[in-house]
Amino acid sequence: MKLKTGKPQTAEQIDLNRRHAIQSGGLAIAFLWLGGSGIASAAINARRQPGDAAAALADGNPAFAPNAFIRIGTDGTVRLVMPMVEMGQAIYTGSSMLLAEELGVGMDQITVEHSPPSDDLYGMPLLGGQITGGSTSTRGTWQVLREAGAVARTLLVAAAAAQWHVDPSTCTVDRGMVHHTPSGRSVGFGAVASAAGQLPMPDKVQLTDPKDFKLIGKPLRRVDSADKVKGATQFGLDVRVPGMKIAVVKACPTFGGKLASVDDKAARVMPGVVDVLRIGDAVAVVGEHFWAAKQGLEALGITWDLGENANLTTQQLRDALAESALNGKSIVAREVGSRPADGKTVESVYQLPMLAHATMEPLNATVFVTSDKCEIWLGTQVPARVLDVAAKITGLSKDKIIVHNQYLGGGFGRRLETDSVEQALALAKQVSYPLKVVWTREEDIRHDRVRPMYHDRISAVLDANGRPAWYGYRTSGGTVLGRWAPMAMGKDGLDSDAVECVVEVPYEIPSLKVEWIRHDMPPGLIVGWWRGVGSTHNLFVVESFMDELAHHAGRDPLEYRRALLQKNPRSLALLNLAAEKIGWGGQPLPARVGRGIALGEPFGSRVCAIVETEVTPQGEIRLRRAVVTLDCGIAVNPSSIEAQIQGGLLFGLSAALYSEITIKDGAIEQSNFHDYRNLRINETPLVEVHRIENSEAPGGLGEVGTAIAAPALANAIFAATGVRLYKLPVDRSLLVQDANALKRVVSATASSQGRNDA
Amino acid sequence: MLSLSVNGESHSVDVPADMPLLWVLRDVIGLTGTKFGCGIAQCGACTVHLDGQPVRSCVLPVGSIGDKTITTIEAIGNTPSGQQIQQAWLDVDVVQCGYCQSGQIMSAAALLKRSPNPSDADIDAAMSGNICRCGTYVRIRAAIKQAATGKLDILQTIVTSPEGSAS
Repeated sequence: MKLKTGKPQTAEQIDLNRRHAIQSGGLAIAFLWLGGSGIASAAINARRQPGDAAAALADGNPAFAPNAFIRIGTDGTVRLVMPMVEMGQAIYTGSSMLLAEELGVGMDQITVEHSPPSDDLYGMPLLGGQITGGSTSTRGTWQVLREAGAVARTLLVAAAAAQWHVDPSTCTVDRGMVHHTPSGRSVGFGAVASAAGQLPMPDKVQLTDPKDFKLIGKPLRRVDSADKVKGATQFGLDVRVPGMKIAVVKACPTFGGKLASVDDKAARVMPGVVDVLRIGDAVAVVGEHFWAAKQGLEALGITWDLGENANLTTQQLRDALAESALNGKSIVAREVGSRPADGKTVESVYQLPMLAHATMEPLNATVFVTSDKCEIWLGTQVPARVLDVAAKITGLSKDKIIVHNQYLGGGFGRRLETDSVEQALALAKQVSYPLKVVWTREEDIRHDRVRPMYHDRISAVLDANGRPAWYGYRTSGGTVLGRWAPMAMGKDGLDSDAVECVVEVPYEIPSLKVEWIRHDMPPGLIVGWWRGVGSTHNLFVVESFMDELAHHAGRDPLEYRRALLQKNPRSLALLNLAAEKIGWGGQPLPARVGRGIALGEPFGSRVCAIVETEVTPQGEIRLRRAVVTLDCGIAVNPSSIEAQIQGGLLFGLSAALYSEITIKDGAIEQSNFHDYRNLRINETPLVEVHRIENSEAPGGLGEVGTAIAAPALANAIFAATGVRLYKLPVDRSLLVQDANALKRVVSATASSQGRNDA
Repeated sequence: MLSLSVNGESHSVDVPADMPLLWVLRDVIGLTGTKFGCGIAQCGACTVHLDGQPVRSCVLPVGSIGDKTITTIEAIGNTPSGQQIQQAWLDVDVVQCGYCQSGQIMSAAALLKRSPNPSDADIDAAMSGNICRCGTYVRIRAAIKQAATGKLDILQTIVTSPEGSAS
């Protein structure tokens, strides 16, 4: 992959990028669809940029700062500034490995730092801004961060070689030292840092041959593990600023509702309560600590103006969406060939629910606004957007605003939004002290920006052999991209995310038609990115439907897919490996135990999952085992790849098994982990990850496991029970074996055989 | 004024007796390793030890503690089971976002102290109160088993710790 940075793109280059984007998928597709104009300009660069001098000065003015990522002091300390944010995906480790490999230092010799907000210095090339999302981080920085390390190494070597009056090409680098073996001389990076800092940027640098990699490709420990196991990592919620007070906030429960009035007499006299603050749609109580603020909040007499959505229900939303799906005007995303006149037609309708993110760290932001300065501490996936909203809300120029990004206690797309920090800014500018605004878990779920609900009609015309000669897909739902980055909407207003993983499928199917029907939610109900978004939704539909087609054809789901993958050897290899690892077609499975396959090519990677589950007579799901095979091209850190696939799959299984946001009286009904259930360890199967190694360009990882989870589960449930699930989450009432099963006690056999992980 | 014994130190705090221990630790004493996740004892992120037993500090009124000793994630490494668990967490490289891991480690350390060689059922019982949204459960199970037996028990990548690795 060739990333274009810093220069205007020619039409040819853009086309290349666009083709790559189609291959890589995700958010990236949407942004590069822009073509030659638009927002895809700011991006990270391996070499010093105009903004670098000020950034380095603000970052301790190190002796050597050849670009936005590397700082080396005269004492030899190496600090690496991370362009992408860390929310669990191990990108601080991956980015550090890319930089350290080429710089010539060990991972035990570096420390990492959060980057300040700057699209120019830390913009993700695939997204056109300082944004961590869309499983783009490794795909978009793989080359440029290696080059950044090589630029630094080249300059350090040049400085040492000049001191020694030798040819730089006769020098080597290892563990923070430059060596000149012929003369037996060595010098540490620190000793040449100042001299290297005076040298001009090298035009060309030599990247390490992959066969000589010391770090890349090794399963190395994460750079943040040591602190995280000691509770020493500072997340946004852990920030403590001198003089800080804590606000607990409550916003109008209905979408688009407002604050009418507040009786705060009782709250104001409570011990520890400092203040009561109001904004348009919310009220906050400020306390000396969280508990005082929360007690104060509960003592308020609040009157809401519930607004136009006061009677809204999930069913109303569902009905309107179904109506759009049937009669709405569609945008054709892709059409190849035409629908055959003859052949058996199979058609199904699938429906997916709204979902909350429920990051373990509830949303929060700490803000200190004075007349001429604003400081913000929070964990965000969009630091530069936070700077933008802070400037707008405070009226201060951006150079008067400091954003201190923190480790994120989960992101999953929720922290791509700035709503909570906008609220915190509006509250904090009313007071003279630093204010930490904390959302309770209830607030975090009730005011989430939910994954959209979807209504999809999928159909196929089968040839005489039962193979699909044509498939048609009409998906409808709200658009995240249309609000979040309207400039990135495609031709005719297409939201490319909405049709991700369905405009192209791994299988050989001669003709197809894919349409999207935009169906906006009522004003105030804002839909957001949720791990995998379009791919997660579409793969559930497409891969469930592939199983249906196999069933119609009377074929084994594995054999049926194999036959359609003869021209796609990379995905066929994954399918075969997964089948082998789980023992497909081997020992017969017990009654009501089934295995389900799902295969997809999300986010520039290829993945196959096979889930094995038991369905009890009472309709409960007992996951027994999962095998995932993955082709993500070049692996930076195999350990974190395995972790991302395991965790991503469980995230997707959790949602498929339990999660749905519903609305009653214009408000989200769920509020905490008791009614927004999540997978727990006793429900978790062993998840094996097997990777096919090759030297293809790196694919995305963060959302891949999530996107492939639900269809593998649904297909396993079908194999176990014969019941096809057309809606998520899993409806257990459809899976009850017979009328008496619910009355029977769960058998001892079921509980003792529920897991197979020994 | 209440007197609390936290990680071997005595702290005098001027707080209401019904205030949950979690907020006394985080907002008054300043020990932020113990996390807020739900506030209703559903997620386990706030787990600390009270006389060695795991408890959810988000619903534990500080006035009910009396002279029992409190141990938090910041000091669990000073106990044998805590040290074993933290080392296994590093060897298996369990953490992702890490926010729930203080609570996971506190629950796991208590389990290991109680059951030096826990079965899968023991792990389920002890750890099912701790939610991890990143889905690190497979590695949590592997790490607990490794801490107990010193052996690799589950198919699992073990991170290498050569000189090139983070310490």
